[in-house]
Amino acid sequence: MANYQNIFTQVQVRGPFHKGPPMEPGGSPWKRVGRPRFITLLGRFGDAQIGPFYLGFLGLASIVCGFTAFEIIGLNMWASVGWSPIQFVRQLPWLALEPPSPACRLHVPCGLNEGAWWQLAGFFLTMSLLLWWLRTYRRARALKMGTHVAWAFAAAIWLYIVLGFIRPVLVGSWSEAVPFGIFPHLDWVASFSLRYGNLFYNPFHALSIAFLYGSTLLFAMHAATILAVSRYGGEREIEQITDRGTAVERAALFWRWTMGFNATMESIHRWAWWFAVLCPLVGGIGILLTGTVVDNWYLWAVKHGYAPGYPPIEPPVIDPATIPGAGQ
Amino acid sequence: MNGKTLSRLGALLGIGVLLAACDIDRPPTETIQRGFRGDGQVQVTNPRVYAAAFAEQQIPDSAPPADPDGPRAKDVFENVQVLGDLSTTQMVRVMVSMAAWVTGGEGCSYCHVIENPALDVKYPKVVARRMLQMVRYINSHWTDHVAQTGVTCYTCHRGNPVPKNLWFANPVSTPSATFTGWHEQQNSTLPSYVQPGKLLPSAALGALPVDPFSMYLQGSENIRVQALNALPMNGMGASIQQTEWTYSLMTIMSKSLGVNCNYCHNTQSLQSWKESSPTRATAWYGIRMVRSLNNNFEASIDKVLPANRHGPMGDNPKIYCATCHNGVFKPLYGISMLKDFPELKGDPEQVQDYLTWKTPQPPPADYLKAQAEAQAQAVSAVAPASAPAPAVAQ
Repeated sequence: MANYQNIFTQVQVRGPFHKGPPMEPGGSPWKRVGRPRFITLLGRFGDAQIGPFYLGFLGLASIVCGFTAFEIIGLNMWASVGWSPIQFVRQLPWLALEPPSPACRLHVPCGLNEGAWWQLAGFFLTMSLLLWWLRTYRRARALKMGTHVAWAFAAAIWLYIVLGFIRPVLVGSWSEAVPFGIFPHLDWVASFSLRYGNLFYNPFHALSIAFLYGSTLLFAMHAATILAVSRYGGEREIEQITDRGTAVERAALFWRWTMGFNATMESIHRWAWWFAVLCPLVGGIGILLTGTVVDNWYLWAVKHGYAPGYPPIEPPVIDPATIPGAGQ
Repeated sequence: MNGKTLSRLGALLGIGVLLAACDIDRPPTETIQRGFRGDGQVQVTNPRVYAAAFAEQQIPDSAPPADPDGPRAKDVFENVQVLGDLSTTQMVRVMVSMAAWVTGGEGCSYCHVIENPALDVKYPKVVARRMLQMVRYINSHWTDHVAQTGVTCYTCHRGNPVPKNLWFANPVSTPSATFTGWHEQQNSTLPSYVQPGKLLPSAALGALPVDPFSMYLQGSENIRVQALNALPMNGMGASIQQTEWTYSLMTIMSKSLGVNCNYCHNTQSLQSWKESSPTRATAWYGIRMVRSLNNNFEASIDKVLPANRHGPMGDNPKIYCATCHNGVFKPLYGISMLKDFPELKGDPEQVQDYLTWKTPQPPPADYLKAQAEAQAQAVSAVAPASAPAPAVAQ
């Protein structure tokens, strides 16, 4: 009898454009811009309407800063292959804008081609992120919403700032920061763990991984659950919160029967929010402690008694550097 | 065939092309446990790749053993500087073997002038002399790495005048030379000069530094980066960038030996020797050996080699792990050719002399005297025409 057809049998409705709630009179001088349009392909799995868009001072400033950072990074990458367009495309995953070498310590700026470009790009990217954060906060307030999106975003910004600014400052060298570049930033991650004695033994790293996996798990669970009860209107979440219907009752019972307990329509979103936010929050703490407070996480784990010891298979190896006369 | 089947076929074809384009070897692989169960200490090998590599490691038959009795080579032949203590038959046997191992089919004339084999006219002869010293040095001084298996010329050369896996210095740009885009000797598919033009494994597939060789296999920079204490005791310690250089060296070693990190290390704690495999100590000696060879022997033939044997920066070819190992955990799978060639074993005292030899070494005084006399005779016999200048080793 279901008269809601889920996404794959959807009939797309076209009516007047949705303009959104009215803006505060006498509030921002900026208006929502752009003539909205419908895109049928998008309508197959989401909202077909694109626009209008609220630009605003913060949005504009953020985009300008972000674009500047993007250009600094991209043009330096292109310069590093001698301005060849073919090599730029071919080598793009390997190209980078590297932070200064250790010799530069914490100077700002370093030599222009010796890390100052990285410092500039980092500055503009950070400003772009902070401005965008403020934008997410302001737009929520303007729509009389809670600011949960902004605070979740803040957790991610915390990790970014720890990696690129706070930790390098504490350790006393810009060279410790992450390079811009696809493979290069991944090599940084591997090298970080190699240098600090296996990051898997960092308890905050472990906790962050737990929250990461938990977030993935919760996202899959929640998404699947709602889709499974969409025939009962489960995707109308706010209504199901305020006036519980058969959709949520079935969903809750499913999990209660599967694993012994369940969430409610509101609480599942709180679970997801906290798991997602704690991942970068706790991870940032772990990064901050590395090199500043702990220099070798495996040895720290040995010291605190949680590093496993495995029975030796081969005879013990003596470090040749400790044998007198073995050379250097 | 309707659209759905066609698109499915297209997808399968696309995946097939992608897999073929990537460097993927056909499964199944074999795993060999090399540590305690359950902690991932396994070597993974692909039997098909292994079989192909095995077929490549052809070991030529050794010439039948030579009689060590009889007159010494230095008394019979002229200008014999290294192998003089061998009997003539032993000496000839070594020469014939070298012709098979190193000349790429050209035979004796690659090094010698057939009419007068004592002449040092051709540069390969001068180089080969130094190489003989190097082989004896390795076999006597570096048993911590080569054990009793040892090396012969074939181990590196494999029948070629120039071994397949060598390295040369990379053209390095300084950051202040340009306004933008300093790549810091990494972060690109820069060709590392391993047989010019051939991409180095690390540079070809990673964004790590392209030339760790100069730092670690020619220079003696410290490879170790991890701290030995849980808490910071000695200031900042190694930087992330230093770690990347070490990492680059390690990936090259891994590729050169066709093994993964677990062959030497325990990734639980890479720095800990207690956790490591005995192969790590062997590798430690290997690195020191390569440094010594590059600085003492390879450097000494720099001026003897012609321009076409130098790298893009004009430097001489240098050795790294793959030069001998050629992608396999032991060169020639650990089969010893040295046991058939005790002449190449080297005497520890004699070998110490080699380290201070000048290259090219001037020939013995009596040879020079004999040459001068022969020239004087030739000049007086063919008076009007000018005799060709004596080709004495310079």
